[in-house]
Amino acid sequence: MNLDVHHPQELRRRAFGAYIAIALLMGVLVFSFFRLQVLGSSTWELQAATNRLRTLPIPAPRGTIYDRNGRIVADNAPGYSITILPGPRDSVRATLERMAEYVELSDERMDELMATLRAYGREVVVDADADFAAVAALEERRGDFPGVYVDMRPRRRYQMDEAGGHVTGYVGEITAEELASDAFMAERYEPGMVVGKIGIERFYEDRLQGSPGVRYVEFDARGRIVGDFEGVEARPAEAGEDLYLNIDMELQEWIHRIFPDTLSGAVVALDPADGGVLALYSAPGYDPNAFVGGIADSTWIRLNTDEGKPLFDRSVLGLYAPASTWKLASAGIALDLGVVTPDETMPDPCTGSWYWGNRSWGCWDPAGHGYNNLAEAIGNSCDVYFYQLGLRIGLERLLDRSTEIGFSQQCGVDLPQESQGVFPEDPSYWVETYGYRPTQGEALNLSIGQGPNSQTPLKMAQFYVALARDGSAPPPRIAKGGPLGDGWELNLAPDHIASLREGLRMVTAPGGTAHFGTALEYWDVLGKTGTGQNPLSVRGLAEDHAWFAGLAGPPGEPPEIVVVAIVEYGRSGGQVAAPLVAKTADFYLRRKHGLPTDTIQTYLEHILTGPVPEWYRERFPPQSRVRTRRGPSLPIAAPTEPAWLRPPGRRDTIGGPGLADAGARRR
Amino acid sequence: MIRLFDRWTLDAPLVVSIMGLSLFGIAMIYSAGQVHVPNPVTAEAWVRQSVWFVIALVAFTVMSRIPLRWIEWAAVPSYVVSVVLLALTLVIGEGRGTAAGVKSWINLGFISFQPAEIAKLATVLALAQLLSQRSSALTSLRDLVAPSALVALPLVLVLRQPDLGTAMAFGGILFAMLYWAATPVWLLLLVASPVFGLFLSAYPLVWSVYIVGVVGFLVLMRYRLFLFESVMVVLANFGTATIARPLWNSLAEYQRNRILVFLDPEVDPRGAGYQVIQSKVAVGSGGFEGQGFTLGSQKRLDFLPEQHTDFIFSVVGEELGFIGTAVAILTFSYVLVRLVRMAEDAGSEQPFAGLVLLGIFGAWLVHIFVNIGMTIGVVPITGIPLPFVSYGGTFLFMSWVAVAVAVRVANERP
Repeated sequence: MNLDVHHPQELRRRAFGAYIAIALLMGVLVFSFFRLQVLGSSTWELQAATNRLRTLPIPAPRGTIYDRNGRIVADNAPGYSITILPGPRDSVRATLERMAEYVELSDERMDELMATLRAYGREVVVDADADFAAVAALEERRGDFPGVYVDMRPRRRYQMDEAGGHVTGYVGEITAEELASDAFMAERYEPGMVVGKIGIERFYEDRLQGSPGVRYVEFDARGRIVGDFEGVEARPAEAGEDLYLNIDMELQEWIHRIFPDTLSGAVVALDPADGGVLALYSAPGYDPNAFVGGIADSTWIRLNTDEGKPLFDRSVLGLYAPASTWKLASAGIALDLGVVTPDETMPDPCTGSWYWGNRSWGCWDPAGHGYNNLAEAIGNSCDVYFYQLGLRIGLERLLDRSTEIGFSQQCGVDLPQESQGVFPEDPSYWVETYGYRPTQGEALNLSIGQGPNSQTPLKMAQFYVALARDGSAPPPRIAKGGPLGDGWELNLAPDHIASLREGLRMVTAPGGTAHFGTALEYWDVLGKTGTGQNPLSVRGLAEDHAWFAGLAGPPGEPPEIVVVAIVEYGRSGGQVAAPLVAKTADFYLRRKHGLPTDTIQTYLEHILTGPVPEWYRERFPPQSRVRTRRGPSLPIAAPTEPAWLRPPGRRDTIGGPGLADAGARRR
Repeated sequence: MIRLFDRWTLDAPLVVSIMGLSLFGIAMIYSAGQVHVPNPVTAEAWVRQSVWFVIALVAFTVMSRIPLRWIEWAAVPSYVVSVVLLALTLVIGEGRGTAAGVKSWINLGFISFQPAEIAKLATVLALAQLLSQRSSALTSLRDLVAPSALVALPLVLVLRQPDLGTAMAFGGILFAMLYWAATPVWLLLLVASPVFGLFLSAYPLVWSVYIVGVVGFLVLMRYRLFLFESVMVVLANFGTATIARPLWNSLAEYQRNRILVFLDPEVDPRGAGYQVIQSKVAVGSGGFEGQGFTLGSQKRLDFLPEQHTDFIFSVVGEELGFIGTAVAILTFSYVLVRLVRMAEDAGSEQPFAGLVLLGIFGAWLVHIFVNIGMTIGVVPITGIPLPFVSYGGTFLFMSWVAVAVAVRVANERP
């Protein structure tokens, strides 16, 4: 290479350039060290040579959860946490033992804390929700507790208490298993953080969780906080995102109030407009606040041993035979497939039983229903009609279409857990489960809601949303936002829908089985009762489960709310479940339309507390009485007062003032 | 006696200052091992470093006697061998200690070494060979393809380990040597432009302005470059901007963190950011005079990360204060200046010598600036050792071999 091709001075110039580069880069270094060591030394120096600089997390407040009306469902209250720093084993142990005097600390908990300290080598939260007395005691004796510090920490607070525990879920300190799992990304989660454990808190953990801040704190050699370090500014915590629910908190609380105290079950209310979950109630419930900051052992044992299984969310986990409420699914599928028209009657009249395939198939009512069209068959819940309908659909098609609707899957609701419905997807189910090939006779059973068919209350509610709409049903969704999935669709013409609803109307019209408990002053209620057999009731050891699935809205307009209620061992859908549905719908619709709410809502409640109300004669004139084919309609005898209406144990089932007051008010 | 010394060192000012740095390093490694809770590995590190120092001096003595012609002859084979070793490292490489994730060691059973250290010197020699054989200056981008490819090969292999710091050293070698080969500076900047673009692409708006600037510059320079070359520069810029995200995703978690932390030290205040802060606390508490040799409190409490290797300079800062850091930096500056001076003296008659010296200069400049800079957050943490001072056998040995080559090529007159 000949460098002389350039200017003769090229080498010298290049060397000079290199010197400049050295001077610049090294100058930057010297200057930076000068600034840090000479000018800024005091801010970077620790106050004592043996002190140590530590980073401590500033816990981030979780996002607030609001209901559909902007009311707070879950927020944060100020709380205290007690944290201990790692140190020599013996001294940490001794410190913990001294602390046990003021804070509830079992031996196992101490072992656990020691193990965590060893595993992570960083501070560990001893008590995420310490009470003020303990905090004050520790602060007074700070010298006795090296490496222990008390921190302000947001404490989760749930406004609905027991009424909404199953929906909101609760938070708790992250466990080692959770930390190791993929669900909690290592970059984001650290030991000691509080995370959603179940319910909405768990499902929307990503959004609700904020990012913790960091402060730099100087500790002395004995592990006591000397003060915040000047050299680096603390980074404030960022609160998590707020969450807005479709849930109507007051409706949820209302359901909690009216649900029979001693019974178990679930109530699901959906908004047919978008599948939004208005209420998701499971009884008995639990108070999520009890879990915040670690649940007391006694509470935990009580919740787990309670016969009512309060931790079990019946609305999405409970699987029940849908019984007659499922007849609407048979009807919808039959209309969708075009195997029946709304007006035709089945060739064989109902005589209380029907002979097919070498055996007799009974109707629930041995008196029989005669010739029924579709609406009447629904109104009468006529089994014989539906046997014939099931044969027309055929087993294969019934299974295919039901699978498509999702009766063997989950709804896909935004909760971390949901039971899968039980329903055969194809005939091989019988082979695998029972060891025989199914005959068409299985279609007879399935079409009336019996056979291998168990559904969650939420799934049945989703199906009834399709009846309240045009045959399509979006997946139910608890938090506001776009659709969670495609949902599914039944191909139903407007007159099909009208006919199905007419059938539902016959159930709640005067003369219908659920009339008294569902007749409301302002709203039309349509619905279907169901009597679900269960292992105990089959053996005569308990009552059947009571179902009611209803649609409600202003008269002459599309339904605005779908409510499904199941009361375990509640015997009859019409008596126990139907009034729950009507009272739920009434409460919601009155508030939605700006009407004052009342605790005396159904016709039944009115006549039990006073005279027949004016509105009843206007809304249900005598000619509106349903006439069934088999002759006289059901007598309007004064119904007996159901057990659940009888007032109050701990809580007044009907409402604050109680029945006596309500009666007095009417005079 | 003095003449004997001169004849041994061949270049007394360079060798003496580097010997000083090496002894200083051993002293600091000794100090770094003096902690409250003794750790036998780090406490004895200074002994092993001393042994390596002796071995390195022997190597220096032998290597500095090798005739220049042999060195020239060995350039290409040693390059080939080291590239093969680097490729092998990707397969059978092992991690060590705190950098266990970086597979940069080859274990021969009786000895372990880092092929990347050998590759640096071999690449310097091979590139010097390539550039010194040219009969004309490098004036077009096309002229830069071969030299760039020669360095890119080991660079990419090192990056795959993944060892970002050493890869940067290869970049330093390439640019310093091209610079010395009289490549116009604007051309060097064009070559480097895709790398700038890579980082700028994180901010699309800034990148847009930048690419317009690059294109504008190419239009200005249209008579100095072939159209094809200009198009290639623009394409390369778009290329790096396109691969930026996949490349980012391919980086290991800790590498991403280090870059993020450099851009915003508070991004990961409990991880990588914490190291910088601890280091700054140590250096800052050193003050003007320092806390005294072996007396650094942060160091004694073992709060400093990797305090005998990558963060040895934090110990210097804490114990010897600004006086110590300034003297050390000035000594390094002198070594760098001396290398350039020797290259200048070699003149245009000995292009190979000058290029080798500038190659060594380029590698060391990167090592020194990045290592010292990262202890106080001036550059991102890249895990790159400080020549002659950081603990590490292969590194010390190969650095001294480089010194031997430097004094040899500079002192053999044709």
